[in-house]
Amino acid sequence: MTDDQKATEVSDRAIIEELVPVHPHGPAGDEDERRKESRGARTLYGDAWYRLSRNKLALGALAWLMLLILATLTADLWVPQNFGAPNHIDSSTIMATRLQGPSMTHPLGTDDLGRDMFARVIYGARISLTVGALAVLVSVLIGLLLGALSGFYAGWLDAVIMRIADVFLAFPYILFAILLLSVLPESSRTGIAPVVLTIGVLGWPSIARVFRSSILSVKENDYVDAGRALGASDGRLIVRHILPNAVAPILVYATMSIGGAILTEAALSFLGLGIIPDPVSAPNAVSWGRMISDGQSYLTSNPGIVLWPGLAILTTVLAFTLLGDGVRDALDVKLKD
Amino acid sequence: MGRYILRRFAQFIPVFFGVTLLLFFITTVLPGDPVALKAGEKQLPPAVYAALRHSYGLDKPWYIQYVNYLGALSPVHYTPKAGLQFTGPDLGESISTGRPVTQMFSETYPYTAELAFTAIGLEIIFGIGIGIIAAVKQYTIWDTLATLGSSILVALPVFWLGLMLQYLFGILMKEWTGGSFYLPISGSGGPGSPFDPWVYLVLPGITLASVSTAYAARIMRSQLLEVAGQDYVRTARAKGLRERSVLWGHEMKNALIPVVTFIGLDLGAMLSGAILTETVFNWPGVGLMIYQAIGRRDYPVVVGGVTLVLVVVLVVNLLVDISYAFLDPRIRLGANAEG
Repeated sequence: MTDDQKATEVSDRAIIEELVPVHPHGPAGDEDERRKESRGARTLYGDAWYRLSRNKLALGALAWLMLLILATLTADLWVPQNFGAPNHIDSSTIMATRLQGPSMTHPLGTDDLGRDMFARVIYGARISLTVGALAVLVSVLIGLLLGALSGFYAGWLDAVIMRIADVFLAFPYILFAILLLSVLPESSRTGIAPVVLTIGVLGWPSIARVFRSSILSVKENDYVDAGRALGASDGRLIVRHILPNAVAPILVYATMSIGGAILTEAALSFLGLGIIPDPVSAPNAVSWGRMISDGQSYLTSNPGIVLWPGLAILTTVLAFTLLGDGVRDALDVKLKD
Repeated sequence: MGRYILRRFAQFIPVFFGVTLLLFFITTVLPGDPVALKAGEKQLPPAVYAALRHSYGLDKPWYIQYVNYLGALSPVHYTPKAGLQFTGPDLGESISTGRPVTQMFSETYPYTAELAFTAIGLEIIFGIGIGIIAAVKQYTIWDTLATLGSSILVALPVFWLGLMLQYLFGILMKEWTGGSFYLPISGSGGPGSPFDPWVYLVLPGITLASVSTAYAARIMRSQLLEVAGQDYVRTARAKGLRERSVLWGHEMKNALIPVVTFIGLDLGAMLSGAILTETVFNWPGVGLMIYQAIGRRDYPVVVGGVTLVLVVVLVVNLLVDISYAFLDPRIRLGANAEG
């Protein structure tokens, strides 16, 4: 390695160390090996970032997701100006512009209502990514709470929570999602909340299991006993001493789960149980899954209507999986398949 | 072996009650007041309202309602007059057709089972086959292709894959060959259809099998690679066996067990997961029935259909579990009763 490369690496690391939390309880053990491997980085997350940055697939996935997120966040600034508003439906121009193939003005063609497909895919990312991330957040919150209760207190509470988790895990949860969403009263179905909550609630058991087993492996450590001896409450022990060391598997699992949540939302949309847009605030905000579902009838004449949102889902879900794989390898987490 | 089977049954009991309790709460407690729902906009006189609640058993405590719910689910019913009778579960009638949900289910389920078994067949052939190739030719282009392909398959929305297959093999191919060769993309054939019945299974079968095949191939590959490092495999090579005998006679025997486990449990998932595939291909199974009921807001058919599918999955998973008792020598010979 040349001096030049070394210099960039050192400065990179300086930036990283500012960004990532330095937490005091790095796992004991192969400290020497770790130090040798990362050439001086001192924190768990600094090491992890270093290893992640050498994984080209994971970096590519991260770059793709960043690009997508950036594009969606800034969409209002450049998409409508260049491609037309994704939700603008003007009856006089529909006939003129509908169902076009790719062209300079419409790089991905137009849909049955003359809307630009590229603009729709970019705006669709907003819904799909938001639903995916929020649903996983709900799963993580419920999973952390129940996993903590289960792992920390053990005993009958543990048994009950884990049996409930078994019940949830025994089934492909799309069926439970169908049931939940179809019994909800019509009045409470608008907006993204019902779909987010349904996917999120059904996803907690895996998170709870992962967190429970991390807690079991961490809670016997001396520093936890030391904390207890100093009079720390259970809540403080869990949040300040156990959580930081049990967080890596959750991070990995959550990253991978976002892709799954996006797929579930798409499937529910396809079955007619997806998000019902709020007629006031966002009447035309539709997810990628809904775009595919709506575009099916034009498959023969205009496959692009179905193709592009599907490719968007595929690349995004794949990116979350690859990133999750990379984070897992970087943090050296072992997850059961 | 007897102990193993007994233990599996014992584990089945809490899961069964858990699942039915969950179903009970989702389908009867969560939707709110069914009497008010039935009445719609009308304001019922309190006496009529109370009488209706009584006739539905809604004035009873929840655990009595749950027992009644289990009673309705049970395929066997007992009346003092007629004694025990096999009448099938009572899950109400379709709002739009008035027919019993159980009857609709029993007409459509054979199609779902046919599709599921086709997909399982494809999964066994291609999942195991690709897994073996990837493991034997580790780090070659074939291995990379298999790994990449399985990652992509897992990230695909199943229904989108179905739509793309329809476009490729049903529409584009028909155009290219001038209509002389293409695959059917809708329905299950029947009298007067241009294809043999099995041709209708090709595209839905591939679609339904796709994700599971990818997982099966991954598991097969990683199991083979793990087994390859073990001492008994080295011994087999050391005593001069040909590679083929090492693979089929020694490695596969142990590497297959987790794959068979996965595929077995997958059968349950396929018997339920076919809903998307059936919808795309207009395949007349339970999934299509549920999908159409969602569109018509035919609530009893959705709830009853999903409930029955879940019960079937529960039973299939139990049967798969028990069949290990016969497959796995460690259990069959009772050497590892705790396993």
